[in-house]
Amino acid sequence: MSNINPHEDKEKKNMKTPANQPISERRKFFLTIARATGLAILGGLTWSAYVDEVKATSLILRPPGALSEDAFLANCIKCGMCVEACPFDTLKLAKPGDNKPLGTPFFEPRDIPCYMCIDIPCVPVCPTNALDIKSVQNKEKKLDINKAQMGVAVIDDSSCIAFWGIQCDACYRACPLLGEAINIEYTKNERTGKHAFLKPVVYPDVCTGCGLCEKACVTEKAAIFVLPREVALGRAGDYYIKGWDKKDEKRLENATSKTTTTQISKDSAVDSLNSSSDMEDLLK
Amino acid sequence: MINSIYKKYRFLIARRITQISVMVLYVIANVYGINILTGNLSSSLLLNTVPLSDPYAVLQMAVAGAIISVDILLGAFIISIFYMIVGGRVFCSWVCPVNMITDLANYLRRKFGFNQIQKKQPASRNIRYWVIAISFVISFFMGIAAFELISPISMIHRGIIFGLGFGWATILIIFLFDLFVLKNGWCGHICPLGGFYSLIGRFSLIRVHHNAPNCTACMKCKEVCPENQVLHMVTKTSIPVLSGECTNCGRCVEVCDDDALNFSIKNLKKGEQNEVR
Repeated sequence: MSNINPHEDKEKKNMKTPANQPISERRKFFLTIARATGLAILGGLTWSAYVDEVKATSLILRPPGALSEDAFLANCIKCGMCVEACPFDTLKLAKPGDNKPLGTPFFEPRDIPCYMCIDIPCVPVCPTNALDIKSVQNKEKKLDINKAQMGVAVIDDSSCIAFWGIQCDACYRACPLLGEAINIEYTKNERTGKHAFLKPVVYPDVCTGCGLCEKACVTEKAAIFVLPREVALGRAGDYYIKGWDKKDEKRLENATSKTTTTQISKDSAVDSLNSSSDMEDLLK
Repeated sequence: MINSIYKKYRFLIARRITQISVMVLYVIANVYGINILTGNLSSSLLLNTVPLSDPYAVLQMAVAGAIISVDILLGAFIISIFYMIVGGRVFCSWVCPVNMITDLANYLRRKFGFNQIQKKQPASRNIRYWVIAISFVISFFMGIAAFELISPISMIHRGIIFGLGFGWATILIIFLFDLFVLKNGWCGHICPLGGFYSLIGRFSLIRVHHNAPNCTACMKCKEVCPENQVLHMVTKTSIPVLSGECTNCGRCVEVCDDDALNFSIKNLKKGEQNEVR
């Protein structure tokens, strides 16, 4: 940048000092400033690269009532009160080596799932509201663990033995919201012609992500497992509405639309179809 | 004999007792549910009622865009006021578990004579203030309390209370760094929490006072002090140690054989009146 200025170039030549000569106070000052700034940038960039890397860990299950992952990370002070409150030792604080944002609480259902205490001891103790008590309260302001959304159970139907036709309903039986969050669907087993498949189906709207199903799963590595909702669930967006569902139609009220402008947008629809030049534009 | 040990190490022993007791209180709360002090040094609850929070962590969170709850705001306020009275870096020398690690490194440095082969320390003690500034910038842009994610202090006290994991490596890194790379490297140069409490400590009422006429210039205090730049008045003038960087660890008071250094309350009136009569 400074090299463009010829004046400064000249000055640079004058300032050329042999290694054995003492440098001027002024130059010393600037060099010190430059060094400090450089080191600050070096440290800052390394530090932010690390922070960015750990923040990117998306496969982590948070305690009930946790804010969305970004807000949770900003608000959690890492005090471990929720961990101490948990009577089942479900919650753990991420330690060095866990490859998760350090000091934040999480749980691994295959190890110890969330047993969905009705008094939810882990949430009210949170001093920063990173675990938001309102998100696990019902309309009467009473704690309701069934409103928790820690994650959602996902079934790998290629390794779930119920999908093979072997009878197993371990996850269905383990589910604290039996029949609501997981149900069993009967279909005909075409292979034998005389048996039925009893397939587990998860209803993501109801599932709290407690992971009791993952814990109960009989396969060597669980065929049903909990993933963060943000990871496991898609989003249909505003363009698709269940027209037969009054509740879903309500989403239309908040629907947004985006107008894109291209070459052919300048004409009306009919004109743009009839005008040959624009059609050629399209084919290009 | 016992009397002389007491005289030479009274503050050191008291500091180790408080450091260990604080950790023991946290551990018994987590393991046995005896809730005198729950949580950890980032945020805790005293006797199930009084919130206590790390003010530096709360500031970073605020910069990161967190909605600061009344509990942690009150907790940070209580802690700030407490350390403004007793000395900001009393946290460092009387509470923080890392102090035991760096003190050991420093002790070995003196015993083995590493200080003789490396007399000049190649780093500024102002690095910690730069680290504070950078931590706020990163917290702002990344939306997360930046130092809390890498803080070896948190790794170690959390490790003691909730399980260490690879935290032992952190302990070793700090120990080796302080022993071989930089004298008082972590606590005296880099740690932004120490820097933060240095800033708070400027207001501290409890100070080490120097009584120059008693001083025989043996320099034992300067040798043992982890922040020896704060003792610039030794042998020269009878004034209190006013720098916030003093950790009020009391080592200088203990090693002084001539009663030239003692704890005292800062005279709030400015000027000569601070002089020891």
